[in-house]
Order: sequence, then structure tokens, then C-alpha cells
Amino acid sequence: MKKNILQLIKICLSVFIFAVGLNFANGQDQNPLNMTEQVKVLGNTKPIPVSLDGFSGEIADVLKFDLYVQGFSFVTPDAAQYQISGSNSGNVTGSVTDKFARKMILSRSYTGASLRRQAHAFADDIVLAITGKKGIAQTKTAFKAQSENGNGEIYVADFDGHNAQAVTHDGTIVAAPAWWPRRLALFYTSYQPGNPDIFYHNLSTGRRSVVAGFSGLNTAAAVSPDGSKLAMILDRSGSPNVWVCSADGTNFKRLTTTTEDSSPCWSPDGQRICFATKINERRVLAKVPAGGGEVQRISTAGVSNPTDPDWSPDGKWIAFTSQMGDFNICVMPAAGGNPTVLVAGEHPSWSPNSRTLVFNHAVGYRQVLSVLDVFTKQVKDIDRISGSDSQPAWAR
Amino acid sequence: MKTMKLIYPLALAIALASTGCHSHKPGIVTPLPGSNPGEVGGDNGAGTVPPGTAVNPDNDANGTNNQIATTSMDEFENMAMDRAALAANTVHFAYDSAAVKKSEKANLQAVAAALSSDASAKLLIEGHCDERGTEEYNRSLGERRALALREALAKMGVDPSRVRTISYGKDRPADPGHDEAAWAKNRRGEFVLLHPKAQS
Repeated sequence: MKKNILQLIKICLSVFIFAVGLNFANGQDQNPLNMTEQVKVLGNTKPIPVSLDGFSGEIADVLKFDLYVQGFSFVTPDAAQYQISGSNSGNVTGSVTDKFARKMILSRSYTGASLRRQAHAFADDIVLAITGKKGIAQTKTAFKAQSENGNGEIYVADFDGHNAQAVTHDGTIVAAPAWWPRRLALFYTSYQPGNPDIFYHNLSTGRRSVVAGFSGLNTAAAVSPDGSKLAMILDRSGSPNVWVCSADGTNFKRLTTTTEDSSPCWSPDGQRICFATKINERRVLAKVPAGGGEVQRISTAGVSNPTDPDWSPDGKWIAFTSQMGDFNICVMPAAGGNPTVLVAGEHPSWSPNSRTLVFNHAVGYRQVLSVLDVFTKQVKDIDRISGSDSQPAWAR
Repeated sequence: MKTMKLIYPLALAIALASTGCHSHKPGIVTPLPGSNPGEVGGDNGAGTVPPGTAVNPDNDANGTNNQIATTSMDEFENMAMDRAALAANTVHFAYDSAAVKKSEKANLQAVAAALSSDASAKLLIEGHCDERGTEEYNRSLGERRALALREALAKMGVDPSRVRTISYGKDRPADPGHDEAAWAKNRRGEFVLLHPKAQS
């Protein structure tokens, strides 16, 4: 008897390993998110067809939003490559079946937090199971919400705009929020002291302090990927330039002598800073070593007036705003050259997985936040929080 | 080969049977509340915050608002703002330009005269932009306009240390319209005369 059971377990185990191996091989062939394919078809990749059944109301809406902006399309079960089934009665429970490989690749239940949060967690697990990449459904963004008189506040919210919460109550102009990587803390510009100064704001304790409050302009803070340094725009030297300092607001150093600088961002290795400037009477993007050195122009052939660069966390891309009459969101290889114009909008910020952008675009004369999958170009607006919402920054 | 044919359907059956169980008793249950409220990007990956994490915006209650150490106002603290004195001397700029036009000379002379007639007075120059251009680009452009006006005044003999600049980017339009007439009014530098507050 005992021997028989052992034998059975042995057979089952070997069969299971065989089946997993088989499906893994299949999965690689069928995975449309192969990175080399994506490079070729930025903005023109076919979405992954999935079907969704068993979920209702808000939870179904959450799953649809989360998956749509990560490159999935919704079809009937017959046409689906992956069937997503489950329920949200009580808690969220769900499974994903690979219809081609005829195999269930995910089955999971969630407890705790809100049903909405459970749905986001399931969406992340779906994305991981199908694409092998971390999803973005539980991430946070920060942005500014501005009323018609120009005053605004800094907000943080879930990436889809829900659970938005004002973190300033300054009743003045605020701008350019930036996350401290891996910390629940922001840097941003506030005119609260009567001057545009850069604040550090710890969102756990609520305490804040001015890290750059020099006479004149202090704005556009960007924290280095390791959290140790801050790049920003200061005009201490008589023109708006890129400066760096330690994150605690010491050791200020001027990096550029170009005279029309704005919007610095960091390369993910922390070695370089990309920014918008003017060289030889042309508006360009340029990069400069973070420790100081020669400013090098980055080619953005085909589009003009680039501003608001943001370097993707995987190092491959730079997203930016071009202005040729209207504003457009562009993405190009980080080394420069041939930007792809994706959609109308400005101020792109990369998701931590380097696949999605949050940005703002005009609806009438107000700005609305929107989330864009750069490969399929699937895009959805976030419900407006307050007034005009802009300058989003993705936590990462 | 014969055994393979038998084994694959068996594998499928086992796989389906095992996953079928999950609807009754899921094999994997993910409990959501996290444990590191000060960290972003723990269990759920980069950019995430554990559910239930309190965001504390308490920047008013702790009283720091009026005690924030900043160097920006040092030389200009306790000055009273007189917006009316030089309101007629607002300078306007061409699109996307911080160059002070020759035609603005009379306005600059009036500003320089106001400063030279009152040695205790200081000057705040506010740089503004029209709504075309991204927000941070315009914040830099507004500053460049204010700095260009300070430079022009310096050439007329005004001590630059008496002049402070501030950029409002496109956040404080003079005309809320969205056409060239409004934009032309909004690309501007405004002068605010600062007087020492009367001692009481």
C-alpha cells in the first residue's frame, strides 16, 4: 500500500514537472511581450486578448482599467488567449487559464485591505503570470491639482487616481512633485514662503523642511535613484541652471552653464542627468555627468522643443514632451534618435516597470491625468481629482 | 511514445483537478496588509505602498509652516509691498523670449527713477509667461525674464542687490483668455516696490 502511494506520487511528480516544462516552453513562444519585439513596435504592439468573467461592479471596473493600461484587450472567451475567471463575493478570488497551452497559470485568493485593493493585487498577479513582469496596479503617484486662480496643492493617489489625498495645505502655487525612491516622502516646489522653494516632505510623519530656499528660483527637484542626491533648477548663478546637492540640502554644486535649463531627471544608474535646454539657438535635450562635466546634446530628430524628460527605470528609454503647436508625449531610445510620438499630452513619468507612462493633457482648458501603455498605445484618463491636475510623478 | 500519449492527458487531468480545488479551498491566499509603512516598494514591488498605510499631510498642525528656515526672503523680510506704484510700468515680451525690447526703455527708466528717489526702497520683479510651453519650462522662462529686467536696470545704475526676482511661470496670467491678445498681455514682467514697514 505504502509502496503504491509512493509510486503514484513519483509518477504524478514527474508528469507534473514534464507538463510545467512543456508549458514553459510554449509560453515563451507565445509570449507577445518578448522584449526584442517590443522595441520594434513601440506604440504599435497588439494587445494581449483576454476574457474576463465572474467579476462585477467596481471590481470588474478595476480589473478592466488595470489590464487595459497594461496592454490587454477584452474579447469573448472563444477569442481569448487567456481566460480570467473569478468572483468578488466576499473576497476577490480568481484564476487565469492559458487557452493555448490549456493550462491554469494562476489561481489565487485575497484577504484583507479593501476589495478594490484585492482587485489591484489580482491584476498584478495576472500581469506577472502572463508577461513575467511586475505589474503597476498597487503603485502610487503624486501630482499637483490647481484651481483657476493658479493656487493648488500636492496630492498623492493610487496610480488610477483613487484614494487621492492632499498632502499640502499651502493655498499657494505648488509644482513639480518628485518621490524619494523607495520612501514615503516627496520633494516639491511650494511658493508658501513667498518664493518658489523646494520642500522635503516626509509623508509618514507629516514633517517637512525647505531643502533649497535661495533667492530666486528653486524648482524641479529630482532625486537620484539611490536617494542620496537631488538635482534641481536654481538661478543662484544668474540664470536657471541644473544644480545637484545632497538629499539633506547640503553640498550644492552647479552642473551647467547653459542658460535656459529646465526639468532635470536622473539616469537609472545615477551617473547622468538629462535636462531640457537651449544649445546653438535650438531647444534640445542634453545630458551631463552627475558629478560635473561636459554637456552633451541628445538627438531628438524629427520633433522639436523637447522638455520634461524622464528616463525609464530600466535605462532603455527617455520619455519627454515635444511642442510643435500642441504638446505630444514622445518616447525615444535613451541614447537619442527617432522619437516615437505617442499621444497628445505633456509631463510624462515612467512606471517602475518601464512600460507605462502617467502624464497630463488638456480637456478644454483643464488638465487631466492619463495612463498610457507605451507599447500598445492603450490610454485611459484618470477621473479628475480637483481643478486642473498635472505634473504627475510615479512612485518608484 | 505510447506512454507519452498517455501521460500528457494525465498531466492535464492532474493539473486541472488540482486547480479545480482552488475554488473551494484556494492553494494560495495573499493577505494584503503590509508591514513597512515608511517604505515604498516592499512586498508588492517598486512604487507600492502597503494597504492601509496612513499618509500624514500634517504640515500645518506641527506649526512648521511659519517657521520654515529659508534664505530666500532674508534681505527682503519685513518689507511692505506696493503694487500700485509701478503698475503702469509692466514690461511685455515676445513669444518664448526673455529679451528686453528697446521699446520698454521708458518703463525701465521709471522703475530706476523710483528706486533712486528712495534709497530705502527695494524692488521685486515678477516674471510671467503665456500658457504655451510646459509648466517647468515656463517657470524657468519667467525667471529668465525677471533676471533680464534686473540686468537691464543694473545697466541703468540700479544696485542689483536691491532687486529680488520671482517667477510665476504661467500660473498668474494677467488675462485669463486663450488667444494671442491675452497671451501678449501675459508675457510680462511686473514691478513691485518694496518699502520698509513702519516701526510701531
